[in-house]
Parts: sequence; C-alpha cells; structure tokens
Amino acid sequence: MTHMSADAYPSSGTSPRGRTPVDPVVQMTGITIRFPGVTALDDVDFRLFPGEVHALLGENGAGKSTLIKALTGVYATDSGTIWVGGAEHAFTGPAAAQDAGVSTVYQEVNLCTNLSVAENMLLGREPRRLGRIDHRGMNRRASEVLGRLGLDISPRSRLGDHPIAVQQLVAIGRAVDIEARVLVLDEPTASLDSEEVAKLFEVVRSLRSQGVAILFVSHFLEQVFAISDRMTVLRNGRIVGEHLTRDVTRLELVEEMLGRELEVLERLHREPSRQPDERRTPVLRARGLGRKGSLAPTDLDVYDGEVIGIAGLLGSGRTELARLLFGADASDSGSVEVRGRRVALRSPRRAVDHKIGFSSENRRSEGVIGDLTVAENMMLGLQAARGWLRPVPPRTRDQLVIKHLEMLDIRPANPDALMRNLSGGNQQKVLLARWLIMQPDVLLLDEPTRGIDVGAKAQIQQVVDDLAYEGMGIVFISAELEEVLRLSDRLVVMRDRHKVDEIPNTGVTTDDLMAIIAREEESARA
Amino acid sequence: MRDLARHRLFWPVLALVLLLAVNVAATPSFLQIRMQDGHLYGSLVDIARNGAPVLLVALGMTLVIATRGIDLSVGAIAAIAGAVACVHLAGSPAPASTGTAITAVTLALAVCVLLGLWNGFLVSVLGIQPIIATLVLMTAGRGLAMLVTGGQITTVNNSFFRGLGAGYLLTLPIAVLIAMAVFAVTALVTRRTALGMLVESVGVNPEASRLAGVRSRTILWTVYVFSAFCAGLAGLMIAANTSAADANNAGLWIELDAILAVVIGGTSLAGGRFSLAGTLVGALFIQTLSTTIPTIGIPAETNYLFKAVVVIAVCLLQSPKARAAVWRRRRDRSALVRAGRA
Amino acid sequence: MSTVTRPEIATRSLADRVKGYSPPSQLLPVLATFALLVGMFGVGAVRYEGFASPQVVLNLFVDNAFLIVLAVGMTFVILTGGIDLSVGSVVALSTMIAAATLRAGWPPALAILAVLLTGTALGLAMGLVIHYFEVQPFIATLAGMFLARGLCYLISVKSIPIRDETFQSISAASITLPGELYVTPTVLIALAVVLAAAWVLHLTRFGRSVYAVGGSEASAVLMGLSVARVKVGVYAISGFCSSLGGLLFSLYMLSGYSLHAVGMELDAIAAVVIGGTLLTGGYGLVIGSLLGVLVLGTIQTFISFDGTLSSWWTRISIGALLLVFVVLQRFFNRREIS
Repeated sequence: MTHMSADAYPSSGTSPRGRTPVDPVVQMTGITIRFPGVTALDDVDFRLFPGEVHALLGENGAGKSTLIKALTGVYATDSGTIWVGGAEHAFTGPAAAQDAGVSTVYQEVNLCTNLSVAENMLLGREPRRLGRIDHRGMNRRASEVLGRLGLDISPRSRLGDHPIAVQQLVAIGRAVDIEARVLVLDEPTASLDSEEVAKLFEVVRSLRSQGVAILFVSHFLEQVFAISDRMTVLRNGRIVGEHLTRDVTRLELVEEMLGRELEVLERLHREPSRQPDERRTPVLRARGLGRKGSLAPTDLDVYDGEVIGIAGLLGSGRTELARLLFGADASDSGSVEVRGRRVALRSPRRAVDHKIGFSSENRRSEGVIGDLTVAENMMLGLQAARGWLRPVPPRTRDQLVIKHLEMLDIRPANPDALMRNLSGGNQQKVLLARWLIMQPDVLLLDEPTRGIDVGAKAQIQQVVDDLAYEGMGIVFISAELEEVLRLSDRLVVMRDRHKVDEIPNTGVTTDDLMAIIAREEESARA
Repeated sequence: MRDLARHRLFWPVLALVLLLAVNVAATPSFLQIRMQDGHLYGSLVDIARNGAPVLLVALGMTLVIATRGIDLSVGAIAAIAGAVACVHLAGSPAPASTGTAITAVTLALAVCVLLGLWNGFLVSVLGIQPIIATLVLMTAGRGLAMLVTGGQITTVNNSFFRGLGAGYLLTLPIAVLIAMAVFAVTALVTRRTALGMLVESVGVNPEASRLAGVRSRTILWTVYVFSAFCAGLAGLMIAANTSAADANNAGLWIELDAILAVVIGGTSLAGGRFSLAGTLVGALFIQTLSTTIPTIGIPAETNYLFKAVVVIAVCLLQSPKARAAVWRRRRDRSALVRAGRA
Repeated sequence: MSTVTRPEIATRSLADRVKGYSPPSQLLPVLATFALLVGMFGVGAVRYEGFASPQVVLNLFVDNAFLIVLAVGMTFVILTGGIDLSVGSVVALSTMIAAATLRAGWPPALAILAVLLTGTALGLAMGLVIHYFEVQPFIATLAGMFLARGLCYLISVKSIPIRDETFQSISAASITLPGELYVTPTVLIALAVVLAAAWVLHLTRFGRSVYAVGGSEASAVLMGLSVARVKVGVYAISGFCSSLGGLLFSLYMLSGYSLHAVGMELDAIAAVVIGGTLLTGGYGLVIGSLLGVLVLGTIQTFISFDGTLSSWWTRISIGALLLVFVVLQRFFNRREIS
C-alpha cells in the first residue's frame, strides 16, 4: 500500500535541494496514535530536514493534524519515538516542544487578539528590568523581528486590529523569535488572498535560507508546488507517499490523496445514468450563489430523481456549497429557487420548510445529539418542523423508528440506546433516517460515508441509489471518487472555491476526474 | 442491585433517605403524621410545605439549566410577584374579597411572564450569556419590588390569598398541592409534548439542533418565561404565607437553593438531559437539611455550611476530571496489585 | 473570524496612522465611564447645592473604600473570564473573624493576619477546584459563598462589636488635606491596592498572562504561558482582596456580623462591568473598576442629596447601568467576532 517514490530519502541523505549530506532535524519513527474507535496514526515514519519546506498532504481524517499535534506536544503518542535535533523527546505539552525548538502556527491563529503585537510575539520570555516587564525593550525587539518579516505595523497596536494575514505573520514572528529549528505551518493560507500568500511565502523562503525546517500543511496544490521542496502524503493514518516536489506530478498526488478504493464493494446494479430532463423545472436551482472568502458565485441545478456527485479536494468549496444551499451559512451573492420559486434561505429552518435536507460532514459536532436516544435523534428533524406543541403521536413515532431501524439495518436495533454509544456508521445511518423521515425533495449529503466501516458504507450507498430512484434529488459529496462515480448521474468538480466543471457521468473514470481536479489553470495561486 | 445503583436517581434518593434517618435517630417521632382539625400535621408535612417555593423555582430552573442556561433573577422575580399582588390587594376597595385576590394573583403572574420575556429576549435575541443577562434583573429586581411596595412591608388581610401559602385543602397544605400540580403539569408538558426533547437537544448540541431545523430561539424564550412564571408563583406563596410582601427578604437566595436542588437532582449544569423527579428529590433534600440542622442541635443558620459541602461534593461527583483522577488512582492501584502478583 | 475587513490597515503607512490617531481602544470604555461620572456630577451640581464640593468627591472614596478593594479583586477574576460570587460572604466572614479574634484578646496584627490568610486560602481553594476539576467558576464560588456565610454563623449568630483600641483609633482617624478636606486611612489603603493591581496587571508576566488567558485560554496554553498559575492565582487574589475589603468594612462598621455585605458581590461585579471590563474576559483596566465604584457611589450620593428619591432607586439605576454596559459589550463583542 505504501509506495515510496523512487528517490525517497536514504536515512541520512543529501539535503532536499541537493547540497551537503545532512541529518534530519526531526525524525519520527513508528508513530501510532489511537483514539476511541479509530487509529488516527498507524506506524508512521516521518523526517524533516533543516533548510527544507516539507509539505504534508492528505484529505480530512488522513491524520495530518494528528501528526502535527504529536510533533508539537499536544497529543501523547501510543507508540513510536520522536527525535528532534538528535535527542529523543516525549513532549509533555506545547511548551516542552517549543523549548526543543518546534514552533507552530495554526490556521486559527492561536494568539490573543486582545494583546499588543509585541506581547503576542514575546509574552512568556519578555525582556525584564528590575522585576517588571520592559515594555520599551519588548517593543524594540518586536520591531526588529517585524522588520525582518517586512511587516510595517506598530508593535504597540492591538493584534485584533490587524487582518488575519498580518496575525498569521505575527504568529510566525513569535516562532522566529524563539529561534525555532522547526516551524510548523498548519494550513496558514486558508483564509488569505493571493497577495497575502505571496507575502507569507517570501517570509517562508527567507526562513528556509536561514536553515529552518518548515513543515507546511495545505490542501492548495498550487501553493504546495510553489513553495515546497519535498512532500509527504497521508491517507487513513498511514503514509502513502514521500516525494521530491520536482519529481512528482499533480495527478500522482491527487491519486495518492484520494486513493483508489481497495475494498471491492459489490457493484450496485443500477439503471444507466439518468439524464436530467432539461425542460422540467429543477427542484433546486442556484444562480451565482456565493459567499466571500468561502465560495465563488456558483450555478447548480438539481432535478428530481438524480444524484449529483460533487468531487474536489478538501477546501475546494464542496462543503461550502452544500452549506449555502441549506442556509447553514448565509450567502452574500446569488439566488436560490425551489421548484421555480425564488426563496431566501436565511436559516436551516427555512431550508427545511422548503423540503431541503442536509447531513453535515462533521457528524459528531453538527449532527449527533449524543445524550439523546436513537429514537429521539431520528425524530428530531420532524419534531422540530412540527413545533413542540404538536408532538408526533407515539404510535406513528414507534412505527417510523422501527421501520428505519430495519430499513437501514441500524445496530443495536434499540430505539432507546444512547446515540453516543453507537459506532460512526450507525450514527450516520440514524442521521440519514432523521432526514428520510421528513421526506425531503432534496437531500444534501456531505461525506456521508467518511470514517465508517465498509458494510455500512455499501448500505448507505444503496439507500442513496434507492432514494434517487424513488424521485428524490440528491447532492452527494465525497472525497472518494469511486463512490462519487458509482452513484452520480451528473458530476460537478470543484477546485479553489470555484465550480470548474460539470459533466454527465457517462464513461467517466476516476482518472478523468483526477485530471480535472489536478488540472493546472489560469487560476494558479501564488 | 447494580442497575438500581446506576439509576440516575439512586444517589439523590439515597442521600435524602440518609438524611431522614438522621432525623429519625434524633427525634423518633419525626415520621409521625397526625390529623388535627382536619389538617395533616408533622415534620414531613412541614418539610413539604416549606419546600414548595424552592421546588417551584427549581422546576423552572431545571428547564433553563437543561438548555445550558441559568436564571439568577428568580429571587428578585419572586419578590416582585409578592409585591405586586400585595400592593394590588392593599390598594383595592375590597381587600378581603376572593375576586380581588384572584385579580392580584393574575396580575402578579402576568408581570412575571413579562419579566421572563425580558430575560428570554436578552438571552435568545441579543445572545447575551444567560448568567450575565439574568444578573441585570437580579441586581435591579429587588429595587423594582421596593418601588412597587414603596419600601414598606406591605401587609394584607385576605383569606383566599393567605390560603395560597398557609391554607389547607383536603387535609393537605395548599402550597404543597400547588407545587405538586405544577410539577405534574411540567412533567406532562415536557414529556407528552416535544418540549422536553427539544430543550435537551438544544442543551446537548446547539449547532446540531440548528442544523436539524430546531427553532432554538423559541425554545429558549419558552424556558425563561416558564422559569419566571414559576418564580412568581413561589413569590406569591412566600408572600401569602406571611400575608406580607417583604421586597428585601422574600425569596432571598432562593435562586441558589433552586440551582442546588437541580444539581443535586442530577441535572448537569452543562445542559442536556434533565430530571424533574431528580429536582423534586433535590428540593426535598435541601428543605430536609434545613430542618435537620436545628433538630440535631446546630444553629439553624449554619445550614449554609452544609449546603456548601453538598455543592462541592456534587460538583466533584459530576466533574469528569475529578472522577478521572479517582478512577486513575484506582486503576494504578489495581495495576500495582497485578504487578505484585506476577 | 473576519475575512471581510482586510488589507487597508496593513498597507497604511506610519504617517497615515499618526494622522488618524485616536485613543487606544482599550481606553475607550474607561473614558466612557469617566464621562458618565463627570456628567452625573454636572447634573448633581446643577440640581443640588453643595454637590460639587471636593469633600463630596472625597467622601465617595471614604464610603466605598472596601468596595474599591473588592472590585479590584473581582477585576482580576473577570479579566480571565471567570466570576467570583463569594466576595460578599468573605467580607462578612472577615468582619466576623476580626471581631471574634479581637474579642478573644488577640493582638490586632495577628487578627489582621488571620483574616487575610483565611480569605486568601479560601480563594486559593476555589481557584484549585475551578482549574483542576474544571468546575464552573460560578458554581465553585457559589459553594465558597455558602461556606463563608456558614462559617460566619459558626462563629456567632449575633453581631459582635469591635472594641479594640487600635481598630477604633484607625476607624476614627482622618487625614486632613489642605482646604479643610479630609480622607480616612482606609482610602489610602484602597488606592494603594488599585496602584499595586495596576502595576501587577501591566508590568508583570503574571498580569499580562491574566489578559492572555481572558483573551483565549487555548492560545495562552499554546503560547506556553502558565495558565494554571493564572487561573488559580486570580481567585487567590480575589480572596485576598475580599478579606482586605472585609477588614476595611469592619473599620467602617466597627462590628462583625453574619449579615454584613449581603449582595455586595453584585455591587462589585456591577462596578467592574460599568468600569468597562468585558465579562467574557480579556479587556478591562483596574482604573475602570475604580471609576465604576465611584459611579455607584455617586448614584447613592445623588439619592441622599435629593431626599425625595427613595433608596431603591440605587438598585434600579445600578441594574439599568449594568444593562446598558452589558448590551454595549455584546455589540462590541459581535463586531470583534463577525
């Protein structure tokens, strides 16, 4: 399964840009981290060399953030060793990792917006005089670092008054002042525009030339190719590839990240691809639907009885599109029509009234009500729609619950089991049942099969197919291309917050899809 | 037996039983209930009657806490309710008539509903943290009550009104009957309609509830209004019991007793699953505690000390961290034992 | 998570920034409180004779010295995003301990030490429970509140007068200022506490960490700051301030009584909030809390000068001010977040 590219490093090889032999500054071997129910990292080996920018790639749940958190001391490892700068470490916390020279800049800037820029850079090791903080000295030192980063801001100004990009650079400034040997950048560009990204990259390059090892996590392939020297790809908690950037193509990367489904699911015997009848009114139509910073204006038509598959990498806008269609986030451009009538989707509540359903990719935080029973979780949507004064009659309720327990093969088939005690797959089925009970016209499914076992996956796919057959319009989002291809009638491809292609699913292969996803275009960033 | 120990009411009920046992040990006649002039008398009846206001307030508080909220203003609202009713009674041309009493009670409860709407507005529309939003009324409320009474302890003489707090019906104190009726109605409404489930879902996972289409704003508003209504009823009871409205002291610290009752009853301050039966046990426990302390020869006022101990104990029992610490120690020890055997 | 209000600030040159100078945003709420105070005095001066005399201003300090000290401690706690409901009860307990130990013949210094140690220990204990067992500050300090009141009653149910000579002489002492003005020693103690708190909050790592924890506890952890010390420390400080406030209060009342300072925690919280400290933590200045106490004191002075206004207007106006500031904070917060 792990296929290393031909020139992956020997254990003590040449530096990434091919100069002198050099020892890795970080060496992680055999790292395994388990959480209840999942193995987040499975026997992972990872190395980082001084003076390189190393990209870490992978989809949701691949283990990127777990790996970073192991390196930065946030998580303890179940097994494996971490060497930093030639010494073995068992970090007890972020402070310990920082002392060893590993600094991290997170996507959600982990600084205090209520403090000054200088304090954010230096608090914890501020210069002192006579037992008190030497604010003047601190501001001077911060100024120097800011100058090195090319940032023209006052160290006295409040961090929260600056845009995210500047905050990001200040966070790097904090790391630089620590004189970090290793700088971890966790999706630092997710909320930056291209100018800001260019600025960030300038700083990263200058740090690299000073010999800092930089671990760069991003799901923007253009950026990864623009800045990194080497890359490691994770999938399902394992390393699936390690490459020199110059030797790898976009397509190879996308293949590794998304993977080819190895389990042989019994091929669903399904009708030939249904073609939408363009003369009919679509049940759901979006025109120019967008939101600044998360989705460029996008058109989409969903017809009764079809499955639209949305393919794209993490951060491509696939989830954002579904959330806008459901009113979970407010759009700031475009319009939505339901059966030809223009509607304002100001809240999920409104979307439900228009018979739209949405199952979030974040099952745990945005779907499951853990302390309630399976039956209550199933009935929640219908009950919310009816209002609290009109309870679903117990008989109807029992019938609906039993019916869906059986139909979806939910285990344990006990309506009174607590939701939090169910496995991920069964929780997902309950959430699916929540929407089925409401009999929506359109169902938006965001990664409904992520992180669940093969059997449940096949069952959910079968249900989706049946629903479309019975006339429901379905938007199916998944990182697994096979699954998208198997289920969809039409395919929409997203990249960099844009819809880049829409094709009927006739004779399309995963290779075709990957090629579209990986295609380098004028939209290139940085 | 194991299942019994796991039942969520097991610990609260056990604590209550132990407390009653202490009382019986101190005064063997404790459990006696005798009939006199067609009324039931006895310590147990007293506990039930004196505990009625706390129980009422705690019922409203239970629902508020289940939504991850808190209502600090209930004591102030209770004082306002008593003030409004008594001032209306005292100022009416027929201060002793039943009709006036009914108007006074209705008026007082209507004011409380308005105050509940106000709290609900701050919490659900403006999105202010519940503890802060209700702090406003907690601070201003007793001032408002004094404004209503003109700073006097307003006394009234109305037998119907007095009955609410001190009267008997069918041998039982009316206060107890009212509290039990509200308890029954609350239980019925929360469990027979979908209110209970929606309250819990908002409390457990607000975001998931929103995405399932739950109108959390309406739910929040409902629970704060209900809490204010219950507080008002409790305030009327307190005022009726003494036939006077004391804006300064009526319902003083009742919010804390109510919160305590809810917590003892097993409803977590983090929101979610609530237990009205637990709250009932909790309220009885608190009232029994207040009765027990003088019985066993400790100054009555020190009951605060015991309440503090109970709060700390319950919090530590509910704190995952504290439980984990105990559990880990036990596990380490068992590991040691195993190692020793090997 | 703003992605909307972007680049203009970053690209602004230094010259632009100097031209567009406005007072630092952290000072704005304090300035608002100060303006409120001045405005109230203006109205008072117009309406009532003798309101705007310097001694009236000084009396604000004299009559509220204990509350100033309480508000300072509360400021520390609220800056971390916590709350301390126990302060009123700890004040009562402090008066009780002082009165009881003095009656038992302890030397005043020892009595004072006992009071301060008890208060600090109580605060420390609450802080430990809050931080290490992750009990909500509200409920942990509620327990502290009950505990302190209970201990009061354990000492005595009745009021105990303080007849100690040292206490009596301090209580009677006054410091004359030029112009036939005077203040009491308690005022000096309160102001010293304010200065010390300002020093700690602005010039020590502990103080800046208090702000960091209030701004974002998770960030403070990731920045490697000692969050445990801060979170436990602020409750210990609040406990210390409460007991010191209790000593000042016992000088003011010359008695110890279990029913002293009922509801005083509300006054302290209100003063801190009116002084511009954000209840969610991270923003606020100790000088603001001082001003907040003075605002509360002015309301009282107003009412006593008026004579026709009844005492309950104090509570109502405090509640109204609290409401205004809480709602303003909410919108300030919303702007920050959205």
